[in-house]
Amino acid sequence: MSHSKHRQNRQLESLPPVAGNGLIDRRALLGRGVMVASAAAAGVGSTVGAAAEPMVDGPWSNEVGAVIPAYQVASRFEKHVMRTVDNPDNVPRNSRARTPHQLLQGIITPNGLHFTICHGGVPDIDPDKHRLVIHGLVRQPLVFTLDALARYPMVSRIGFVECGGNSAPLFSNEPLQQNVQALHGLASCSEWTGVLLSTLLEESGIDPKAKWVIAEGADSPRLHRSVPLKKAMEDAMVAIYQNGERIQPGQGYPMRLWLPGYEGNMNVKYLRRLTLTEAPAMSYYEARTYSQVLPDGKAYQFYFLQEVKSFISSPSPGLTLKDPGYYEISGVAYSGTGRIARVMVSADGGKSWGEAALQDPILPKAFTRFRMPWRWNGGPAVLQSRAWDEGGNVQPTRAEIVAHRGQTSKPPSVLAFPSQHFNGITSWSVDNKGEVKHVYA
Amino acid sequence: MSMRNAWLNSLLGTLALALASSLASTVAFADGPKLGKPITAQEIAPWDIHIMPDGSGLPAGSGTSTQGAPIFAQKCAACHGEGAKGGQSAALVGGPPRASLDGGKTIPNYWPHATTLFDFIRRAMPYQAPKSLTDNEVYAVTAYILALNKLIGETDVVDAQSLPKVKMPNRENFIIRFPDRI
Repeated sequence: MSHSKHRQNRQLESLPPVAGNGLIDRRALLGRGVMVASAAAAGVGSTVGAAAEPMVDGPWSNEVGAVIPAYQVASRFEKHVMRTVDNPDNVPRNSRARTPHQLLQGIITPNGLHFTICHGGVPDIDPDKHRLVIHGLVRQPLVFTLDALARYPMVSRIGFVECGGNSAPLFSNEPLQQNVQALHGLASCSEWTGVLLSTLLEESGIDPKAKWVIAEGADSPRLHRSVPLKKAMEDAMVAIYQNGERIQPGQGYPMRLWLPGYEGNMNVKYLRRLTLTEAPAMSYYEARTYSQVLPDGKAYQFYFLQEVKSFISSPSPGLTLKDPGYYEISGVAYSGTGRIARVMVSADGGKSWGEAALQDPILPKAFTRFRMPWRWNGGPAVLQSRAWDEGGNVQPTRAEIVAHRGQTSKPPSVLAFPSQHFNGITSWSVDNKGEVKHVYA
Repeated sequence: MSMRNAWLNSLLGTLALALASSLASTVAFADGPKLGKPITAQEIAPWDIHIMPDGSGLPAGSGTSTQGAPIFAQKCAACHGEGAKGGQSAALVGGPPRASLDGGKTIPNYWPHATTLFDFIRRAMPYQAPKSLTDNEVYAVTAYILALNKLIGETDVVDAQSLPKVKMPNRENFIIRFPDRI
């Protein structure tokens, strides 16, 4: 055993470096897959150098297991893999639940862990009584039942939804000591299935004067947002299914508008009405809440786009590195304008960069998982990721964003939203004890 | 553009359908399933609550600040505080002269349109009993909040004609981020 351990360490030592402070050429993941995989298994939480003990049967191997439940939930040992909820007592205000990216892998967010924001609680909608009305500047106003919509030609697409306010704590003038869930937990990715909105609008007919579609929900604020007709006809979907099952109550059961790549709040949940108009509604949420104050006192409105972005989910704050050696740096990258083309990773605070491996599938307007082999030498490191999309858009540094968009004058609550649409680089420092912290670098 | 095409396509579709049925053809028509039921404006009316910045959608009725004060005290102050000075929910009066990244978006320093106030109160407030106010009560509470913020006079009548004309100080300070996406 110790002989093979030595051999493994020798192989790790011989992996080709690609950038400073231990980053290894991603091609090592391909050419030496088996070796790297075994090294990875000995990475986080391992007891490198410990002697193996004789294998024993666990009690579960010597007794009959439990009855198979009709709807399976995660193992009881995974109870810590939870969203964080910021309004557990449902006091009269909006409420949010954030995705635990630091404990997830791949690109699909499990349904129960998809982020949720509700502005009037989660409504309890009877799907048989729910209706979707299309009216306004149309040839023929129409009303649809869920059963009717479920008979339409279906389309399935994998894509992210991100709150316009995700990552807003990075507008703080000082880095808030929080984990990736608190900082970036208002973004998730699912396979959505439903009816293309263009299919329904072609049936209602569109008056050539129409330029906007005002989408309205059946929740208690009757939340409404104005969507450009251009987007409605391009790739908007009335989504009914999420990762194969009917969409979750927190995601808009029984139906939501899904606008791939556009600000989460515009993806109106509990969708009950679409009104075609010449002008936008200037609703509370678009005129006030989801508009962004700039340093000169002016403000952006109709931002729409969730721009190219990435963050490292592992290692990240709370996931302490135990021993020097091999680790896989991993995270997600996504862009509201298309596919991710490239992700670069740095372990020395941006002095040098190596190209990360992108895990298939690489889909437009969807999470793309990136991976970067890294040999931590036990010393200080600053981990960063930076993404490019196929349109040539590049994820900005935090300094570039702040120069344009401003920052707070004092640290806000991590639950505050000083501004929105932050897509800058996130930096995690690793100290010589392996502890990971949020820093500005 | 695609919407023009859609319009043309559906027009052509209708003609083709008329032709097909006149020929008593049973050939399946390559159009949508057409499972939406026609609905009249009258049937939609109970849901048709959008108020646009030009005032379209505003209902009949009116209200003044004087009428709104007791309604606010009874139905809004529990959350928004006495005199709208703030409680567990946001203050609707006062605040900094200008919003910043430290916060402080207020009705007088930020909101671009007074119509949004009527629209939001009617569709979403009071939080625990949304859409429970009459249109006159919504006009009155709107007038009360606008008057507290000195955007209208104490005795001004707010109705479908006057509300869209209320001048909002921050109106011209918005920049459309991606105009090419509209």
